[in-house]
Amino acid sequence: MQLARVIGTVVATVKNDSLRHRKLLVVQSLNKELEPQGKPLVAVDAAGAGVGELVFWCRGKEASFPFKREDTPTDCTIIAIVDSDKHVSSQ
Amino acid sequence: MILAKVLGNVVATQKNHRYENARVMMCEQMTPEGEMTGHTVLALDAVDAGVGDTVLIVQEGWSASTVATGKAGAAIDSAIVGVVDRIDLLETEKVESSGE
Repeated sequence: MQLARVIGTVVATVKNDSLRHRKLLVVQSLNKELEPQGKPLVAVDAAGAGVGELVFWCRGKEASFPFKREDTPTDCTIIAIVDSDKHVSSQ
Repeated sequence: MILAKVLGNVVATQKNHRYENARVMMCEQMTPEGEMTGHTVLALDAVDAGVGDTVLIVQEGWSASTVATGKAGAAIDSAIVGVVDRIDLLETEKVESSGE
C-alpha cells in the first residue's frame, strides 16, 4: 500500500463495462514527509475520496477485491481516507 | 519479502471494512546492509511490530490478507510478517557495500 494525495479526476466514457459508475482519480504517492514519491497513477475509488484528500491505495490483483464483481479490471484502488495530515506519524 | 524499518502509523476512520482493527504502519524500505532507501510503503501489522523495529514485509496479497486478517481475499497487498533480530552477510559483500 502507498500513502497518496488525490490530485485530480479522470473522465472516460468508453470503458470496460465493469468500470461503469466507478470514480477514477489521479493519485500521487507520497513519502514520509508527505512529499511526492514516484509518478502519479490513475486509481479506482472504493472509499469515497475526493480531490485534495490524503488516502492510501492498494496495488495488484487485490485492488479489485473491494468490488462485488471481482473481475473489475484495476491494479490500483483507493481503500481508505487518512483522517488528516496530522494522523500520519513517522520518526 | 522486503526489509524495512517501521517509522510510525497512519490513522484512517473511513476505510474498507476488512481493515477494521488493523494497524497500518508506515515503513521505509532498507537494504540488507542497513541503509535506508528513502522509499516508503504502508503495511498492515500482523506481528505487533513497534516504531523503530526492522521488519519483514510480504508484498503478495494472499499471504498478506491471510496473515493480517485471518482470511484471504481482502484488498491488502502488504503485511508485516516478522521482526528482524539480526542479519548476517558475507564479509566480502560488507566490504563491497562500504567501498561504494
